Amino acid sequence: MFLVELTEPNNTLCTLSTILTINNLTKKFGPLTAVKDLSFTIEKGNVYGILGPNGSGKSTTLGIVLNVVNKTSGEFYWFDGTVSTHEALKKVGAIIERPNFYPYMTAEQNLKLVCKIKEVPTSKIWEKLELVGLLDRKDDKFRTYSLGMKQRLAIASALLNDPEILILDEPTNGLDPQGIHQIRELIKEIASRGTTILLASHLLDEVEKVCSHVVILRKGEKLYSGRVDEMIASHGYFQLSSSKQEALLSLLQDHPAFNRIVQNNGMITAFLNEPMEASELNKMIFEKGLVLSHLVKRKESLEEQFLTLTNNQ
Amino acid sequence: MIRLLEIEAIKLWNNRSSKILIISYFFLLTSIALIAAIKFDIGPIEFHLADQGIFNFPYIWHFNTYFTAWFKLFLAIVIVSMMSNEYSNKTIKQNLIDGLSKKEFVLSKFLTVIVFALISTVFVFVVSLILGLVFSDYNEIGIIFSDLEYLIAFFVKLLGFFSFCLFLGILVKRSAFALGFLVLWQAFEGLFYGLLLWQTNKSVANAVHQFLPLEAMSSLIKEPATRMGAVKSVANQLGEEFNKDYGVHFFEIIIVLAWTAVFVYASYWLLKKRDL
Repeated sequence: MFLVELTEPNNTLCTLSTILTINNLTKKFGPLTAVKDLSFTIEKGNVYGILGPNGSGKSTTLGIVLNVVNKTSGEFYWFDGTVSTHEALKKVGAIIERPNFYPYMTAEQNLKLVCKIKEVPTSKIWEKLELVGLLDRKDDKFRTYSLGMKQRLAIASALLNDPEILILDEPTNGLDPQGIHQIRELIKEIASRGTTILLASHLLDEVEKVCSHVVILRKGEKLYSGRVDEMIASHGYFQLSSSKQEALLSLLQDHPAFNRIVQNNGMITAFLNEPMEASELNKMIFEKGLVLSHLVKRKESLEEQFLTLTNNQ
Repeated sequence: MIRLLEIEAIKLWNNRSSKILIISYFFLLTSIALIAAIKFDIGPIEFHLADQGIFNFPYIWHFNTYFTAWFKLFLAIVIVSMMSNEYSNKTIKQNLIDGLSKKEFVLSKFLTVIVFALISTVFVFVVSLILGLVFSDYNEIGIIFSDLEYLIAFFVKLLGFFSFCLFLGILVKRSAFALGFLVLWQAFEGLFYGLLLWQTNKSVANAVHQFLPLEAMSSLIKEPATRMGAVKSVANQLGEEFNKDYGVHFFEIIIVLAWTAVFVYASYWLLKKRDL
């Protein structure tokens, strides 16, 4: 894994600089509210996921901060808020939905145009095409590309200015498994170089594999924002079994650290309500004269956490 | 400004159909010189168009600017499609995301339109100057460079027309429909004029009609045919006399420039208001 580890949450404020700040952002399309009173911030150096089902307002939110959708109310600003949005966007790399390029132009010509718009020298075009594996196709017209290649060209284009933040909206949508794998490897590679990434997706495992922080949206409202591993107040759970199952069960039920104990298929699942290490539990059980044949400590997967969160509200 | 023009040049010049249309447009502008070759030699009737005085200074400025202005339709296609293609390819969205502001986007298109109009004017000036120097009966400097306001009118006419095309491209977003709309608008102006004639009188109808964009553009340069010596003498023999004001009027230029400003600001306003 390549998660960019943070310092302790308490002193993050003084060590990180803010890239994007969103305050009470609202967007209405006629009677429909696509984004409702949304606030969050993006700090430098993290990999963020915006998670939510289709139609939850992910793309609209990105559209607003990227200057293509007009907000209804609220505010957002890039960096410290002193530069205009379009100037700030020159330091951002973003791909939303489908890759949009001029079909009649070659990859290199398209990237030259992007360089002109972003006001960066054209010297990095080959380097970025190399990174996404398209250097040998640089003189082919964009319309001859497969969807996977188009998506990779879009990533190359977004990286031309060595952006402060890379924004990806559903980057693996519509790709075949090989294409999905290539894009994910590319994202990991980019993240490992310290680039801040904001990834919008409805695919939970994608976000789980890539992101350290997550913003969860449903029907335009924020359900959660923060670290992936702190998403719900959970200390994980143990799976255990022993030859003396009944004795083990009663022992666990008497212990104050567990709030729920489930037994099925000869396996006991005990949910923690306070932190506890596996070795600590093992020692305690052994001291009571029981021997475990199986002991695993697990955390809920993002999918389980996501469902818990969305069902609770 | 140079950057915005460069951006637009990359987009246009790499598009094969735009390139062909632009090249053929300028080729056609030059081809006005071919009129000089028109020569009938049927028995006793000998007719050489170049000898009929159409290339006489300063009349040539009027004649050439009037006829070459028809070729603007070629560039109209280029301009409408350079705008609507941005919508159909969704590249306008990517341009904005890449850091072009909406103002810069409209400005890059408008600057291109200015350049097109300017190059056309220079082209017509050079071609007419050469034709005139070859065929004109009068070659005094003072006469050669008189009536140059026709070139200014030509420039303003193209500028106004191309800005209208630009606006239609943004408004309709589809090139074929935008060009259709242009034809429809022309018909609408005609109908509106007819309606005014019917409801009021000729002077009121003319007074209102001259403010409509396409009419304002077309009346910038009046038709030069009835001003030709040959046509005049034929008309005289038939007892008909043309007493027309062929000049370029300042207020007509102002009307077209005002429309140009309206079209450019309306394009910007539309772009700003719309979600992409």
